[in-house]
Formats: sequence, C-alpha cells, structure tokens
Amino acid sequence: MIPELGHFALIIAFAVSIVQSIVPLIGAEKNNATLISIARPAALTQLLFVGLAYAALTHAFIVLDFSVLYVSQHSNLVQPLMYRISGVWGSHEGSLLLWSLILSLWTIAVAVYSKNLPEILMARVLAVMAMISTGFLAFMLFTSNPFERIFPTPLDGNELNPLLQDPGLAIHPPMLYMGYVGFSVAFAFAVAALLGGKLDATWARWSRPWTTIAWSFLTIGIALGSWWAYNELGWGGWWFWDPVENASFMPWLVGTALIHSLASTEKRGVFKSWTVLLAILAFSLSLLGTFIVRSGVLVSVHAFATDPARGVFILAFLVVVVGGSLALYAWRSATVVSYGRFQWFSRESALLLNNIIFLTAAAAVFVGTMYPLVVDAFGLGKISVGRPYFDTMFSLVAIPLLLLLGVGPAVRWKGDDWSRVAKVMVLFFIVSLVLGLLLPFLVEEKLNLSTGLGLAGALWVALTTLKDLFSRLLRNLKLPLSYVGMVLAHLGVAIFVVGVTVVTSYGEEKDLRMVPGSSYNISGYEFRFQGVRKVNGPNYVADEAVIEVWHDNEKSGELLPQKRVYSGKGNPMTDASIDKTLFRDLYAALGEELGSGAWSMRVYYKPMIRWIWLGSLFMTFGGVLAVSDRRYRQSIKQKVNEKFSVTSRA
Amino acid sequence: MMNKRSRRKLLIIAVLFGVSVATVLGLTAFQENLLYFYSPAQVKAGEAPDNHSFRIGGLVVDGSVKRATDSLQIQFDVTDNTEIITIEYTGILPDLFREGQGIVAMGSMQADGKFIAQEVLAKHDENYMPPEVADALKAAELAAKKKAGQI
Repeated sequence: MIPELGHFALIIAFAVSIVQSIVPLIGAEKNNATLISIARPAALTQLLFVGLAYAALTHAFIVLDFSVLYVSQHSNLVQPLMYRISGVWGSHEGSLLLWSLILSLWTIAVAVYSKNLPEILMARVLAVMAMISTGFLAFMLFTSNPFERIFPTPLDGNELNPLLQDPGLAIHPPMLYMGYVGFSVAFAFAVAALLGGKLDATWARWSRPWTTIAWSFLTIGIALGSWWAYNELGWGGWWFWDPVENASFMPWLVGTALIHSLASTEKRGVFKSWTVLLAILAFSLSLLGTFIVRSGVLVSVHAFATDPARGVFILAFLVVVVGGSLALYAWRSATVVSYGRFQWFSRESALLLNNIIFLTAAAAVFVGTMYPLVVDAFGLGKISVGRPYFDTMFSLVAIPLLLLLGVGPAVRWKGDDWSRVAKVMVLFFIVSLVLGLLLPFLVEEKLNLSTGLGLAGALWVALTTLKDLFSRLLRNLKLPLSYVGMVLAHLGVAIFVVGVTVVTSYGEEKDLRMVPGSSYNISGYEFRFQGVRKVNGPNYVADEAVIEVWHDNEKSGELLPQKRVYSGKGNPMTDASIDKTLFRDLYAALGEELGSGAWSMRVYYKPMIRWIWLGSLFMTFGGVLAVSDRRYRQSIKQKVNEKFSVTSRA
Repeated sequence: MMNKRSRRKLLIIAVLFGVSVATVLGLTAFQENLLYFYSPAQVKAGEAPDNHSFRIGGLVVDGSVKRATDSLQIQFDVTDNTEIITIEYTGILPDLFREGQGIVAMGSMQADGKFIAQEVLAKHDENYMPPEVADALKAAELAAKKKAGQI
C-alpha cells in the first residue's frame, strides 16, 4: 500500500510541476498577480509530494518490502540499517528520486530566501526550475519507476553492491547531487533574466550566492568521491580520469569559471552575456554528467546502474534544455549591454583570463571524455583516451593558472599600474621559485624540475595570498567574509597542489607476493606479514591479513586489510587498511590466496595525500564563508538603494 | 616604455602564442594516448597495431588461468567465442576477475602472439558485461551465423 502511495505522490508531483512551469510564466508575461502567486505554493506542494514519495521508498527499504522490485534488487535481510537507508540512492531509480527531491529543496530554498526578488522574476525562476523537475519526474514515471512491484514476492533480496556498502556512499552522492542540481538555480536565474530581457548587476548579485553554495557542494562531493575511490582497491587511487569522474569535474571547472565571472558582473557590470552563457553551460554539463553516469554509454569502472534505453530519454531532455536555452540566449543576448570599461591590466582582465583557462581545461576534459563516444556513435571503432593525455593537459593548464592566481587578487578593478603590483610580486616570484626547486633538491640531492615547479607554484599562491591578507590587516581594512572565503579557497588550491605534487613524485606502490613471516621495505617502512585469519562481519565473512609496520626499528602500527565475501552474492570485495597521518599514508590491500599460505598484496606509501582532500575542504569552506557575507543578507531597501547607486556610478 | 597600443598588441600575440602551443601539445598528447579496442578475432586477423598499446576484451576461458608459483605472474586466455588470445599479467587482478567473466585488458602484443597486459579491468557488478566485450561477442556470433548460412 505504501509503495502505491509513493507512486501516486510522484504522479501528483508531476502534475503540479507542469502547472508550476506554465502558469507563473503566463502570469509574468501578462503581468497577472494571481497567476504569478501560484509559483510559491506550487513549489511547496511539489516538495511535499516528492518528499512523500521519497519517504515511501525509504520506508520500503527499512521494512524490507521485497515486493518492490527496486528494494528486492538492492537490499536483503542482513543488510545493516544504515545501508538500507543509503541504499535508496544506490542505483538508478532511487538516485533519480534523490535528484528530484534535491531539486525541490533548492526550489523551495530559492522561494524562501529570495523574498527580496521582484515577484515577476521569482515567478520565472520557479517556473524554469519546475520545467527541469517535470523532465526528471517524467523520466522516472515513464522509464524508471522506483515503486514497481514484483510478483511473486521474493523471500530475500539481492543485496546492495558490496562496494557501495561504505560510509562514503552515504554522503558522496547526495553532496554531488546538491552541487549538480544547485547549478540549476544559476541556470534558472539566467533563463529567467533572458526571458525578462533584464540583465543587470543585481541579477548577478542574486544568483551569485546560489552559484557559490552549489559550487561548494560540488567541490566537497567530488572530494568525497575521490576519497572514497582511494579507499577501495582497484579504483585507481585518488583520481583516475574516468568518464564518471570527468562527468562531475566538467561542471566543476565551468562552475569555477562562473563564480569568478559572476564576481566581475556583480562588481563592475561587465561580461554579462558571457556570465549567462557560463550559467547555461554549467548546468548543461551537470545534466550531461547525469547522462554519462546513468546511461552507461561510456566505459567506466564506476558505472553501476546502466541502461542505454534510458540514455535516449536523458539525451532528448538534454537537447531540449541545452538547445532551448542556447536559442533563447542567441535571441535575447544581443539586448544585453555591458557598460563597464576597464584597462588591459585590471582585475577584470585577470578574471577573464581565469575564465579562459578554466574553459580550456573543461574543453580538454570534454574532448577526452566525449570523443570516444562520438567515434563509437559513427561506428568508427571503440577507443578510449588514456590517462597521460589528461595529466599532460592539466600540468599545462596549471602553470598559467597558478601564476595568475598569485597576481589576480592583488590587481585593482578597472585598471592598475603594473609597476605597483610588480614591486612585491617579483620578490615573491623569485623566493617561491628558488624555495620550490630547492626543497626536492634537499630530499633527492638532484634537480627535479616537475616536483620543484609544482611546489614553487603552491608556494607562490600561498605567499601572495597571505601577503594580500596581511597587508589588509596592517592597513586596518575591513575583512568581509567574502574576502576571507576567497583567501581560504585560494590557500586550498596551494594545499591541493602540494598534495598532488608530493604524492605524484614520492608515492610508491607495489604489488607483492607475501608468505607469513616475510617482509617488505617501502620508503623506510617495513611491512611484516604475520598471517591471515578469519573474521565475521554483520553481513560478510572475511579473510583478514595481519601486517605489522615497523619504522626505525620500532613497531609503529598494524594494518588489517580484509578480503570480504558478502552473504548475498558471494561477491568478493577488498577492504583496504590505511594508516593515516597528515604527512603520509600507509596502505595495504589484500589480493588473493596464491596457495601454500602465500597471498598477493598491494602496499602503498602515499606522502601528503591527505593534503589533496584538505585543500578541497579549504575550497569548500571558502565558498561557504563567501556566501555568509553580509551583503547577501541585506533588506530590500538597502538593495534597491544600492542598485541605483550602482547604476548611477556607471 | 611601450605605448598602450603596442603593449596590447604584445599581450594579444602572447595569448595567441600560448593558446597555439597549448593546442599543439594537447593534440599531440591526445594522439599519443588514444587507445583502440580490438576483439580477439580482430587481433588474430592482424588488425591490431604491433607497436602501440591497445585494449582487448573478451570472456576469460574456463580452466585457462595459470599462476606462477613464485611471483605474481598470471596467464589466461580470453575469447570472443571465435578466436582465443593469451594474456599475461603481473600484479593483482580485480576482485571480479574470474573464469567465464568478461574483462578488458590494456597492453600490447608480443612477437610470440601473447598479449602483455599492464592493466586488467573487470566490472563491479558481476552481472555486468563491459559494453565493448558484449559488442565483440555479438559481432562474432553474427559472423558465425553468416558463415553457417553461406555453407
């Protein structure tokens, strides 16, 4: 009964979303207050019913209602409660439901927190978001109903993919979806502004906090995914340039360009139509990401739930959304005039250059990810693009990006004097270059250019960012939260670069054949294999290896990697054991039994790998701080006043 | 000191230069890292390159997995149900590797007809078949049917 209620709730939500996407738009066109006023209650109703459907599916998982096909496919009697609840989004149908729920939540958040918005604009924004929702609800109802029943009811279910039974799963997809779907707000604002034909600096001010917070979610989502992949053997470490990873990385790159471009548009009224285009692009890439992950068109090690037939629906949806919004853009953007003027050496130029670099990076990922798909579609063979391509492209992009990151924030808006900025910059440049090259030299006693340049880049970013902060402190300038957020995020970049550089240069990996009593030395750490014992978990049995780690003739720890066999499928799964500290990770994963007590084993020494995720955390909190800035919480009066002052200044 | 206009020109030239260098390097990297996929039948027919890495995929033949006793070297056969190629790999195989399972390996051919793999991939879901392998099997089946029809 409850699953039917859930299904019914979805149908109602679908009907409501159709109303919400049409009626307020008509109201906005005709300037009819009654029709416009439908938008908010409709959004609330939609959230209510999508929420009900979501609760119904979660209930089915908790009580293990195996008569629901989706539940019987992804849970069984012994599955712990936590993985029953997170199992809701463990596969296709449920993750779509989560997508829709999150979209409804964002819609309500916009409706609640943007009370200052003109009603007409608000009506358009909510209508555009409802259109997206309509597409996803239709997709669910017509191709992937999570409430489908199965008869006869199985006595026990097929369990959730063991790889997904990890705390990482509980948080990674929701965060990632918050980011993906969050870009729909920026998209809706852009389309609404195009529809109204009114794009001013206030538009950028309204959509900026939404974009930044979505970007923060996406950042933490990607970082969690990377951390989760690192914890699983065979997932290729912290980043694999896998299509599914790239799918989340492309919207991130364009989103990063967007938050910087929005800064120019808000502060100086420049690049307006460019910013709108970026907003459309960022959300389109989020949809493309969903398309790639959910259709299985690309060969990926992460492709869990795949069904090409569904891909056709998403592809059609993608064409409508991207094609429609770009057509609207082509039609309306000519009316958008940017009034700000700036000199070639100015903050505006620096942000423009930032955009060029980020879009180049996104284009490189796009080509590497989509080219195989296109070639396959034309029947020209099956290809894939190897990792070194992406690595080469990103080391190329990193150099100008890090250089620019040091200079950009120090340059004034409108125009600046190169000699004023250069005075300190040159000194910092030399110091970071020398120090960066010297550090690996001290470790290796020979010149290591790539490591040295990586460290130099990180130092350069850190030094220039901190210098700017201190000079502001010394001059007793106000430090708005948005500025502190930027400092944190940029320091995050430096921390991230240090992590990537060090782990790439000094990390060691080794596949070994070990017998009890044998040992192996890796970067000064001795791994002593003691033997393998049997261990019972809640829904699995495991072989657990005991490995003592010795450092400087002292036992420094113990690693207990497991090879688990989950009860449901007899599917083996590797659970790596990691000794983590801020400066190095020791990692051991158990392979398979090779006979006569010998086991294959994979051991890693990963120096400073934590810095990669630490840097991402800095970026995330930077975004959160920037959104908390006071100027986004001002009353209508102030906003209107400021709006006029902005216009008059121009 | 340069005047404004020539400074701007210089900037544009520098940006153009940077972009073209990046494009050339990017295209080269792209070209070098394209990995083609071949089925065992295609490899036997001599379609695969001799001196460049590529990917091969198929089902692991039952009873073909042989391990070295003193190292991590392992040897197994893959098939698309028409031809068989022997693959050699040193290292740890993915959890879902087993006989009868579809796998994809990346590496290159040796002169003796063995494929030396640098990487072996199996899918997470045990019911799941890598799309290339599924297509290769289908193509082989179709070819076999055609042959039977002609005879």
